[in-house]
Amino acid sequence: MARFGMVIDTAKCVGCMDCVVACKTENNVPEGYNRDWIEQDVNGRYPTLTMEIRSERCNQCSNPPCVSCCPTGASHVHEISGVVLVTKDECIGCKACVASCPYDARFIHPDGYADKCTFCIHRVEKGFDPACVSVCPTHCMYFGDLDDPHSQVSRLLSSRKHHSLMPEAGTRPNIFYLT
Amino acid sequence: MNELTITRTNPQIDPSLHIWGWEIPVYLFLGGLVAGIMIISGYFIFKGRHKHSYFSCFYLPHISLVLLSAGMFALFLDLEHKLYVWRLFTTFKISSPMSWGSWILILVYPTLLATTLTRIPPSFQNLIKIFDKISAFINQHPTAVKNVGVLSMIVGAILGMYTGVLLSALGARPLWSSSVLWVLFLTSGLSAAAAFVHMITDDMYERELLAKADNGFLIFELIVLAQFIIGLLSSTQMHQNAVHLILTGPFAAVFWVFVVGLGIVIPLVIQLLAVNHKVQHTPVAPILVITGGLILRFVILYAGQYSHWTSASL
Repeated sequence: MARFGMVIDTAKCVGCMDCVVACKTENNVPEGYNRDWIEQDVNGRYPTLTMEIRSERCNQCSNPPCVSCCPTGASHVHEISGVVLVTKDECIGCKACVASCPYDARFIHPDGYADKCTFCIHRVEKGFDPACVSVCPTHCMYFGDLDDPHSQVSRLLSSRKHHSLMPEAGTRPNIFYLT
Repeated sequence: MNELTITRTNPQIDPSLHIWGWEIPVYLFLGGLVAGIMIISGYFIFKGRHKHSYFSCFYLPHISLVLLSAGMFALFLDLEHKLYVWRLFTTFKISSPMSWGSWILILVYPTLLATTLTRIPPSFQNLIKIFDKISAFINQHPTAVKNVGVLSMIVGAILGMYTGVLLSALGARPLWSSSVLWVLFLTSGLSAAAAFVHMITDDMYERELLAKADNGFLIFELIVLAQFIIGLLSSTQMHQNAVHLILTGPFAAVFWVFVVGLGIVIPLVIQLLAVNHKVQHTPVAPILVITGGLILRFVILYAGQYSHWTSASL
């Protein structure tokens, strides 16, 4: 099984939200809902401030609490890609997965099932990048197999300083941010 | 200083998580109450008190069936994809407390039925022959009656534990990340059940016994509540922030006044006076205990949703 992941260069991201619009268009995300979003993280004290702009989404964790708490098996890990997916016809809308996610990456679709980023698995299966990656005007987003040491994402992680979100939550997230 | 600006505006998620409304605390409360009732009625059946028609264990299982069904209905109302609820019973996920819960509830109904059959009320006798036969069989075998009592206590305890484990398994919410939450909910369920029996029973011995038992449960609940708070206060910053939501934050007034004050301390004082024959037994203390148990679930659930790994601050 591959372990698809994303690497996002925060030094290049300008927070233009093209990734957000691309995701909403590609996946018919309902109005008022987001599968991905922009987070602007300002730290420090004037005049020594630092700012990191991040494009965030489901971290497609290797130890996903949303999958382990799902009572019906609707939330599951895709056998080939390692991506966390939801089978909407098996979801009862109990919302345990929403509460279990430390990233608040899930929401309840107006049709009643849990919804989230799928890394555009329908595009990936055809050999394309996820919609957000393909439209990024600053080319700050990279997508690939983290278990393949020759992939671009693996090479970036081995050569650049990076961090993931809330590693202390123990979820082993698969999205990394270059600093 | 750290300032986060997020463009996400998902309903029920932002600005703070609020996915569960009144249905889940009501379900957890009724589940805990039924668990307590099952333990109490199981104990009475084990002791052979089911033979006395005026004893509460004679009709407690019937009340439990109604209460549990009401709780299950509240849970059903909360589901967003209601037509798929049957999926719960076509799968068993060992890692999912909710999956365990749905199968535990499947165990609870036959157990309640068995306790009901230890003594069928006169108005239901001769209606369903198989039930009369089972009832006659159970009553001819004292060991079978004792086994039904023990089964009721065990299944009741599992049900009560489950109501707490359901929340504490969701590690993303720091307030629920406590290994004593299930003890707290089980004790609160026992206390509410004892208060309930105390309130409805006509038997003086039973009322006195349940009032004394409830005093013990209330004292133990205070100890567990203290452990719950101390455990979170001595954990990480996020857990400390989370517990401050109920200690000094937006949920503090409800917690201290309705859960600790009116829900535990005042009824404990009233019932201590009552069992020492300083005041008469009245429904006031039991009503306060039951209401406090319900509000405890509301406070823990609402504050728990508000608590977060990064923004659990006030």
